[in-house]
Amino acid sequence: MPKVTQKDVERVAKLAHLELSAEEKQAFAAQLDEILTYAERIDSLDTEGVEATSHALLRDDAFREDEERPGLAREEVLRLSPSESNKGNGLIRVPKVLP
Amino acid sequence: MNPTDLTAVQIREQIGKGSLSAREVTRAFLDRSDRLEPQVHAFLSRSTEDALLRAQELDDLQARGQSAGRLHGVPLALKDLISVRGMPCTCGSRILENYFPPYDATVASRLLAEGAILLGKTNLDEFAMGSSTENSGFHATNNPWDTRCVPGGSSGGSAAAVAAREIPAALGSDTGGSVRQPAALCGVVGLKPTYGRVSRYGLVAFASSLDQIGPLGRSVADAALLLGVIAGHDPQDSTSAVEPVDDYLNQLEGDVRALRLGIPRELPTEGMDSDVLDSYRAAITTLESIGVESVEIDLPTASHAVACYYLISTAEASSNLARYDGVRYGFRAPGQNDLHEMYRRTRHQGFGAEVKRRIILGTYVLSAGYYDAYYLKAQKVRTLIARDFDRAFQRVDAIAMPTTPTPAFRLGEKLADPLQMYLSDIFTITASLAGIPAINVPAGFSRDGLPIGLQLLGKHFAETTILRLARAFELATDFAQRRPPLD
Repeated sequence: MPKVTQKDVERVAKLAHLELSAEEKQAFAAQLDEILTYAERIDSLDTEGVEATSHALLRDDAFREDEERPGLAREEVLRLSPSESNKGNGLIRVPKVLP
Repeated sequence: MNPTDLTAVQIREQIGKGSLSAREVTRAFLDRSDRLEPQVHAFLSRSTEDALLRAQELDDLQARGQSAGRLHGVPLALKDLISVRGMPCTCGSRILENYFPPYDATVASRLLAEGAILLGKTNLDEFAMGSSTENSGFHATNNPWDTRCVPGGSSGGSAAAVAAREIPAALGSDTGGSVRQPAALCGVVGLKPTYGRVSRYGLVAFASSLDQIGPLGRSVADAALLLGVIAGHDPQDSTSAVEPVDDYLNQLEGDVRALRLGIPRELPTEGMDSDVLDSYRAAITTLESIGVESVEIDLPTASHAVACYYLISTAEASSNLARYDGVRYGFRAPGQNDLHEMYRRTRHQGFGAEVKRRIILGTYVLSAGYYDAYYLKAQKVRTLIARDFDRAFQRVDAIAMPTTPTPAFRLGEKLADPLQMYLSDIFTITASLAGIPAINVPAGFSRDGLPIGLQLLGKHFAETTILRLARAFELATDFAQRRPPLD
């Protein structure tokens, strides 16, 4: 089935919010095509009625009480942001959201 | 006595009886590391001053007649994907170059609570994506056995540091073989525990249904010692297992004579190095000679494991890596007009080629029209692979396989061909998909003097069984005694 084109790569890169150079688009299209062609070998396996495994050992009892617990200190977390003017006001600054 | 010749278990003993101080041990490893790093490049960061201060505190504690615990005074290194407060955590990526986590991973706090001294953070393929450590955003790491070769990956820094005796033992993470494969290529012991055995709180996520933290050391006993400290349920990680933790170290010398060892009837020998195949056959003979009974088994779906793994792991990675957006932490591309442009540019400039390739592949297999054919199909194949193991483990206690198809390859050799790089994980991926524990133990050398590993796989939560087998094999052979030609 695969014949991954540069257009496919562009479409997916947009979904992933990832800018790619022209060289990357070209290389990834060819490499993805090769990898997916290899991956198609799994089509030969009969998986009719086989359930999907999402986790190797999925616990279905991993619940805890919904109680307040201490978190990380707000100032310490805000300091991690590369935002230029988040100092002291408790906010993270980003470029305008609407173009 | 040169402390850098000692294993973690031996260091603990010597410090315990007062023949060595924690400071002497720490100094010795730091000095050796200073001397060898220009050849090996195993570390991304080291915390010399803090480590010496902590060693002094531990010595003072001992002078008052107290011990911090099971790792009192033992220097350790962590793959730079495991969070430690006050230390950088780059994940081998430019996008996290200046990131300092504001909390400790559970494994780090457990090691520290038992008296370990953290000497630094080791190199890795960016976000653990790779099999050679060449995908690090900072520098490559060289194999101590031949510095023209890769150390394997993605925990290549941890494996190389242990092999070079820059550190007695270390932690790595294993998603598709990232502890076992570099351990094999560097001639050390590396264990991937059962999925959920070790808490991942504070481990930066790559593929959440597969990621597991594991120890690397120069002896099976060191892997058992570290696993005993880091294993166990953690309320901070809802996927961590509640099963009781064995006393791995003290159960290491148990009898293996009654054990039945599964040998896969058909191995994908295409592209397999003949020295690796010879070592594997010799290892089975060695295990038989000490009383292990070998039994032929079938793993009919195993040849589909690489395909299955690269569909599932990239899908999960594309989702996990969506968090690197330049907003809350890490790198942000400067001077952008709007938010979406900032996201795209930040990720373009911050991620390396392999990470971008996997985000694209993972997004592709999850996208509308392809989800069922690739991602869902791969999840079903994963079930078939797990069933293969369930069936085999009804008849055997453990399974033997090579860890890698070849010894360490040359730097640059597979960089241009991602599929060839992925295929170097062919023997480690099956255990990852099934969530079972597996250990690499040194099992020989190629004609070029490069290490070769044997992999032993066990049932879920049967770490004790494979550790015992690995220990019996280690006792019956002398491969772990040989040293890389660094000095």
